[in-house]
Amino acid sequence: MEEFQVIDHCLMVKLPKEVDHHQAGYYCKKADTFLFQPEVNHVVFDFEDTEFMDSSGIGIIMGRYKKIAPLGGKVYAINVGKQVKRILDLSGMSKLVEVL
Amino acid sequence: MSGKMENEMELMFDAVSYNEGLARVAVAAFVSNLNPTLEELADVKTAVSEAVTNAIIHGYGNVEGYAGKGRPVQQPADGKKPGKVRMLCKLERGVLKVLIEDRGKGIVNVGKAMEPLFTTRPDLERSGMGFAFMEAFMDDLQVESAPGVGTIVRMQKKMTNDPWIEDAR
Ligand SMILES: Nc1ncnc2c1ncn2[C@@H]1O[C@H](COP(=O)(O)OP(=O)(O)OP(=O)(O)O)[C@@H](O)[C@H]1O
Ligand SMILES: [Mg+2]
Repeated sequence: MEEFQVIDHCLMVKLPKEVDHHQAGYYCKKADTFLFQPEVNHVVFDFEDTEFMDSSGIGIIMGRYKKIAPLGGKVYAINVGKQVKRILDLSGMSKLVEVL
Repeated sequence: MSGKMENEMELMFDAVSYNEGLARVAVAAFVSNLNPTLEELADVKTAVSEAVTNAIIHGYGNVEGYAGKGRPVQQPADGKKPGKVRMLCKLERGVLKVLIEDRGKGIVNVGKAMEPLFTTRPDLERSGMGFAFMEAFMDDLQVESAPGVGTIVRMQKKMTNDPWIEDAR
C-alpha cells in the first residue's frame, strides 16, 4: 500500500515501522499537502507496520486533528498494536481520535 | 552461570535524528540478557527515545529529520557540528539505570519543563509529553540541568525477569 492515499474522502496515512522524531516531520508535511485538497474530509492513520511510537507520533496525530476537526473532520487510528495503544491512552489521544 | 548479573555500557553519538533509533536498539540489546517482557522492553525503549530526542531537538536544536525516500540525511545547517549525546547504561541487581547527557542549551525551569503538555516548541509539533512518558514507563526519573551547560536525565527501572532474582530464590 502507498504511504498516502485518498479513499472515499479519507486520507489514509500508512505510518512507518518506527514513528519517532526522525520520521515525524516528513509525515506531517506530506499529510498536510493532502489535507488542503477539498475532497479530503477525514484522516485515517494506519499502524499496521508500526512497532514503535513515541511522543513524536502524538505530534503527528494532534497536529492533523487540529487542522481537520474544526472543519468537522474525524481522525481514526487503525491496526493499533499494544505499545502504540498505551501511548495513545496515556497522552489522552484516545479521547480525540477514534481507535479501531 | 551463578550470581547476580552486572553490566555497563557507554555510548557517545552525534546528536542527529537517525541516532534516535540507534539509542533504542542499543538499550534493548543491553537489557536482552535479562529476558525482559515485551512491555518492559517497550517501556525502556520509549523512555530512552524521549530523553535522546529531547537532547537532540531541544539541547542542540537539531530539529531536522528524515526528508523522504531518496533524500539525503539531514545534518545541522551551515556545516555546524551536531554535538554529542552520551548514554550510560548500568545493570545492578536487576535494576536498569540509564543516564542521558547533552552539553546543549539546558533547561531554565526543570519543574515547569516536566509538567505534562508543557513544551517550548509547539512550532515543531511537539506535544510536551516526553517527560510524562519517561515518568510513566520508568520507576524513577531525575533531571539535572543548567542553562548554557547542558542536561542530564537519570532513569531507573527494575526488570522483573532478571535471572539474578531466579538465582536468589
Ligand atoms: N535536553 C534538553 N535540553 C533543553 N531543553 C529540554 C531538554 N529536554 C527537555 N527540554 C525542555 O523541556 C520541555 C518539555 O520536554 P518534553 O519532552 O516533556 O516535551 P517536548 O519535547 O516539548 O514534546 P514531546 O516530547 O511531546 O515531543 C521541552 O519543550 C524543552 O523546552
Ligand atoms: Mg520531548
